[in-house]
Amino acid sequence: MRSETKTPLGLRLTSGAGLLFLHFPIAIIALYAFTTEDRTYQFPPPGLTLRWFASAFARSDMWQALWLSLRVGALATLLALLLGTMVAAAMFRRGFYGKDALTLLLTLPIALPGIITGIALLSSIKLAGLTPSMLTIVLGHATFCIVIVYNNVVARLRRLPYSMVEASLDLGADPLQTFRLVVFPHMATSLLAGGLLAFALSFDEIIVTLFTAGTEQTLPIWFYAELFRPRERPITNVVALLVIAVTTVPILLAYRLTRGSDDVAGLGK
Amino acid sequence: MRAIGRALYAHPRIWLAVLLVPPLVWLGVVYLGSLAALLVQSLFHIDDFSGVIVREPSLATYRQLVTTPANIDIIVRTLMMAMAVTLACALVAYPIAYRAAFFARGRSKAFFYLAVMLPMWASYLVKVYAWRQVLAREGIMTWFADVLHLRWALDGVLGLPAIGGPSLSASQLGTFIVFTYMWLPYMILPIQAALERVPSHLLSASADLGARPHQTFLRIVLPLSLPGVIAGSIFTFSLTLGDYIIPGLVGAPGYFIGMMVYLQQGTAGNIPLAAAFSVVPMVIIALYLAFARRAGAFDAL
Repeated sequence: MRSETKTPLGLRLTSGAGLLFLHFPIAIIALYAFTTEDRTYQFPPPGLTLRWFASAFARSDMWQALWLSLRVGALATLLALLLGTMVAAAMFRRGFYGKDALTLLLTLPIALPGIITGIALLSSIKLAGLTPSMLTIVLGHATFCIVIVYNNVVARLRRLPYSMVEASLDLGADPLQTFRLVVFPHMATSLLAGGLLAFALSFDEIIVTLFTAGTEQTLPIWFYAELFRPRERPITNVVALLVIAVTTVPILLAYRLTRGSDDVAGLGK
Repeated sequence: MRAIGRALYAHPRIWLAVLLVPPLVWLGVVYLGSLAALLVQSLFHIDDFSGVIVREPSLATYRQLVTTPANIDIIVRTLMMAMAVTLACALVAYPIAYRAAFFARGRSKAFFYLAVMLPMWASYLVKVYAWRQVLAREGIMTWFADVLHLRWALDGVLGLPAIGGPSLSASQLGTFIVFTYMWLPYMILPIQAALERVPSHLLSASADLGARPHQTFLRIVLPLSLPGVIAGSIFTFSLTLGDYIIPGLVGAPGYFIGMMVYLQQGTAGNIPLAAAFSVVPMVIIALYLAFARRAGAFDAL
C-alpha cells in the first residue's frame, strides 16, 4: 500500500501547516514566561529572565487554587469511576428497555454546550437553597466525567469474550472471583485511562465551574482572573506551563495504557 | 459477600437494577433535574416596574427575546460565527485527517494521534491566553507581517468593516481564528475515523476501473467521509454556540449568546432571560442533531 514517503507534496504542505497552527501558540506561552516585559506582549521580547518563576511560586493564592483543583479533580474522578463503571457493566451485554435513552442521557452533558450545564446546575443549586462550594463544583464535574469513564470502560468490556466469563463460572469460580480474576484484570487499564482523562478534564474545566464555584477559586478560575491584571503578566505564563504539565502527563499515560488497542483513550473530550 | 454475589448472578434483573440505580439517580436528579429547573425558569419573567421575578408560567421572556432587535443581532452573530468556524475547521482538518488515515503507519500514526490529542487536551484557558499574546498589536503576528513587508495587508484586513478592529486581538477575525484553533482537533478526529473506515478495496476497484486519483477522491472518499465531517461539525457548532469566554478575551465589542447567558444570570440578575437565551443553542443543536442523524453521522462518532 501507500507509504509515508509517497505522501503528495500538496498534502504534506496543507497538513503540515495545520499541525504547525495547532502547536505554535503553546510555544509562544513558553517563550513569554521568560520575557522581561511584564505589561505588553511585545515581540520579540526585549530580554529574558527567570524571575517570574520565583514570583509565581511565591503566590499563596495560586497554591490554594491549585490545591482546590487537585481535590476537586480527585473527588470528581472517584465519583465518575464508580458511576461510569456501573453504567458500563450494565450496558455492555444486555439490551433493556430505555438503553438508547440512557446512552443519550450519558452523552448529553458533553453534547450540549457547557454553559447550559453550568446555568442549569446553578439554577437548581439556587432552588435547592445550597451555597456554592467545593461540593457543588464536584457535583458538576462528576456529571460530565461519568461519560468519559463509561466510554473507555465499555469499549474494553465489549472486547472481553463472554465465553471467558462462562468458562470461569463453569470451572467453579463464583461470580465475585470471576470479577476479581477475569473481568477486572481485563478492564483495569481502561479504568485507569478513563480516570486519568476524567481528572484532566476536571482539572481544566472553567465553563461549568464559573457557575457552580460561588466564591471558591479553582486554578482555572484563578487563571481567568489573572488574565485581567495589567501587570506581571509573565506570572500567568509560568502557571500556564505548570497547568500544561499537569494535564499532559495524565493524557500521555492514558494513551500509553491503551495504545495498540481499538479503543485508544483520549480521542473524545 | 459470596452469597450475595451468587444471588445477584442468579437474578440478573436485580443485578441490573443495582448497577443502574445510582448512576440513573445521579444523572436524573442532578442533571435532568437541573435542566428542568432551567426550562421552568425561562417561563418566568421579570416585572418591568419592580424588577422582581414573577413566578408564573408565561411566554413573556421568550417574547422579549425574539422581539428585541439587539437580541436577534446576538443570535445571528453567534450563528454566523458558528457556521464560519465550522467551515474553516473542516477545511483545515481534512488534510491532516487524510494524511493520518491514509499515509501514516506505525510510529508516524502514533505521532499524528499525539499531535492532535495533546493540543486538544492542553488547557482551554491557556490556549486562549496564548492567542491573546499572538494576536496582540505589539505581538508576533504584527512582527511577522512587518518582517514579510505585509503590514499593509494586515492593516487592510483590520480596516474592513464587521470583521476588522484596532488589532487582531480586538476584532471579529481574531475571535474567528481562536474559535477555529480551539475546536480543530474535535473536527480532525471524527474525519480521521471516517476515513479509516473507507474500505481499501473500494479504492482499488475505483483505480482498476480507470478512475483518476482525483475522481476516486471526489466520488468515493469524500462522500464516504462526509458523516465524519458532520460529526465533527456537531462539536464545532455546539462549542461555538455555548462559549462565553473566548469572545470576551479575544474579540470586538458585541455579545454572543453564551456571553448574554452569563451576563444576564450574573450582574443583570435576570435569570429568566438567561434561561431563555440558553434555550436557543439547545433548540439549534437539537435541530442540527436531527439533521446529522439522517446524514448518518452518529456511526462516525
